[in-house]
Amino acid sequence: MRKVITGNHAVSYAVKLARVDVIAAYPITPQTSIVEELSEWCASGELKSEFIHTESEHSSMSSCIGASVAGARAFTATSSQGLAYMHEMLHWAAGGRLPIVMAEVNRSLAPPWTIYTDQQDSLSQRDTGWLQFYSRDNQEVLDSTILAFKIAEIVSLPAMVILDAFVLSHTSEAVDIPDQSLVDSFLPKRRAAYKVDTQNPCAFGGMKNVDSWMESRVHLQQAMDETAQIVEDETEKWFELTGRRLQPLQPYRMEDAEICILVAGTAAWTVTLAVDELRRRHIPAGSIGLWMFRPFPVVALRKLLANTKKLIVIDRSCSYGHSGIFAQECRSALFDMTPRPQVIGVIAGLGGREITSDGLVKQVEQLRMKYSAGLIEWMGVKNLA
Amino acid sequence: MTFSKHRHSRYTSLALTEDVMSCGHTACPGCGGALSLRLAVKILAPDCVFVIPACCMAVIDGLWPISALRVPLYHTAFAATASTAVGIAAGLRSQGDLKTLVVGWAGDGGTFDIGLAALSASAARNDDYLYVCYDNEAYMNTGIQQSSATPQGAWTTTTPLPQAKTRPKKDILTLMMSHTIPYIASACVAYPDDFIRKFDTARKMRGFRFIHLFSACPPGHKSLEADTIRISRLAVDTRIFPLYEVINGKFALTLNPLLHKAGEYIKLQKRFAHWTDADIEAYQIEVDKRWEFLANLNEKRNL
Ligand SMILES: Cc1ncc(C[n+]2csc(CCOP(=O)(O)OP(=O)(O)O)c2C)c(N)n1
Ligand SMILES: [Mg+2]
Repeated sequence: MRKVITGNHAVSYAVKLARVDVIAAYPITPQTSIVEELSEWCASGELKSEFIHTESEHSSMSSCIGASVAGARAFTATSSQGLAYMHEMLHWAAGGRLPIVMAEVNRSLAPPWTIYTDQQDSLSQRDTGWLQFYSRDNQEVLDSTILAFKIAEIVSLPAMVILDAFVLSHTSEAVDIPDQSLVDSFLPKRRAAYKVDTQNPCAFGGMKNVDSWMESRVHLQQAMDETAQIVEDETEKWFELTGRRLQPLQPYRMEDAEICILVAGTAAWTVTLAVDELRRRHIPAGSIGLWMFRPFPVVALRKLLANTKKLIVIDRSCSYGHSGIFAQECRSALFDMTPRPQVIGVIAGLGGREITSDGLVKQVEQLRMKYSAGLIEWMGVKNLA
Repeated sequence: MTFSKHRHSRYTSLALTEDVMSCGHTACPGCGGALSLRLAVKILAPDCVFVIPACCMAVIDGLWPISALRVPLYHTAFAATASTAVGIAAGLRSQGDLKTLVVGWAGDGGTFDIGLAALSASAARNDDYLYVCYDNEAYMNTGIQQSSATPQGAWTTTTPLPQAKTRPKKDILTLMMSHTIPYIASACVAYPDDFIRKFDTARKMRGFRFIHLFSACPPGHKSLEADTIRISRLAVDTRIFPLYEVINGKFALTLNPLLHKAGEYIKLQKRFAHWTDADIEAYQIEVDKRWEFLANLNEKRNL
């Protein structure tokens, strides 16, 4: 069924199709309409999930953790301050190897207060052990959410499905909503390998000593390593079922590109317009939309950039005191490549500042002949003294 | 006032059954919290799941891969007892399990302080599980720091002399009563029959159930290990820790104390060593006032 829906409702539909057992959530703009829609369906009986109205995001995540360790499929949604408030429990979910799925609507962190988009909130949670998927449009939001459950449950890691505030969350597009039977065949009921069970009483998460603690984190990293293959398999299955392919790196006109622009979120579509314009101007540009950020697709990135001379990374975040977070990730991923493309980190679009294709074209033209760049190039900044 | 009398001790028969919390756990000698857990888990097993946040009990259960509890135990973060417990309860229910009782078991810090928002929200929703607070009146696991459950005038490492705690203990009873929940009780392991009856009552009910336990702590209260039961009895007998029950909003004192003076309790604990006779007398007045308040609640019930 094709329906014109917002990005937030694309999440809601996916959660419903995933037959989630437990939802625990707390309101925050611009996430709220995801759980409002789910509440409606729970109230009408259309959706048979337990809905826990928590008093904070810390509790939302804790309740998802509880539900997940009881063997249930659990979901929450949040944004910005709410995600930051959850931080302790994000580590708990990943350290406890619980396949919780969360929709995270990218909104800047205050102060100053704002509700508009950038990626500082989700990227500040980079090291918590969560899988991260960034969507370019509402269809990808829906597909990513269903895939996130599948992948998370295979590798026993929690997953974040990330979408831009307003540009996706509150913007309507035509979205293909798959049939329940299709989703059921792709995503069967969760079968937890370990759960609280009175027939087989175990203690979970208790104290470990220096002689055994570290291995639990080695296992977490191993699960991340295994994820790349699982993602390849599951996105392939999803493609067979729906004709829609999601890839960790979504290339555009990369075959002969000498300059590549990498970006995540809706700007990854905007950038393709810029690429077309640059091509018209005889500049051999291409782009990569970063869908999967964790685990970071190092091998795929090196492969795609084998013949590229320059990689321009657009960051909607900053690790203050260093540089844009995607730029750092790309620099480290490409470091031992020979020949290695030059990496230029551009920070743009903080606090919802618009990233336009014209702006990107101008930026690329400026940076094209630049062979020694600093760690940060700022884009679209006013009155910078 | 009317008080229930139990002629046949269920404790005697329960004491003979095999422990569900095995020996070899790592509690300090004389730990009132561990004694309480040992008895409670015996009453509630086998159809129960425990949720324990950061607190002494999280460590007492044992180092991985050993667990002293022979029921499932999920360790959670300090503030997350109630929110994790309701998640487990919902998760089990969604899997068709309507039988297993979820038990949140937290210290006073995890209940009165950092976990209060989650606890309050959970009680306000009338979530279906049992929440137990074992109250040793300070953050003991981190080495005796004051909590909002620490009594006024007590020494802790963060309320050192001459600045012992200046504010009174938070009143968890009226706080919980304000949530309109089916069951609230206080209990003390030194009165095992009352303790057992309350856990049994709570176990059979549905909705949000809250039990507040007095928990002596020799290292934290600077008392003798051998005095744990004596001190626990005195906590009740001095009316400092009255035993009560609130069923669907109806309050009842459940045990008529033998009436000892507060000083007898105070003098067994070095955390109060700096108290003068005048301090003890002033405290006695507070204790009497509190008792009067509870007795009034009790009378109202009997109207
Ligand atoms: C968020 C957070 N803050 C602080 C701590 C450190 N901490 C662990 S246990 C504890 C005290 C627990 O006190 P209480 O709940 O009264 O239980 P007790 O140890 O006294 O049995 C503290 C402060 C923590 N684990 N997590
Ligand atoms: Mg304590």
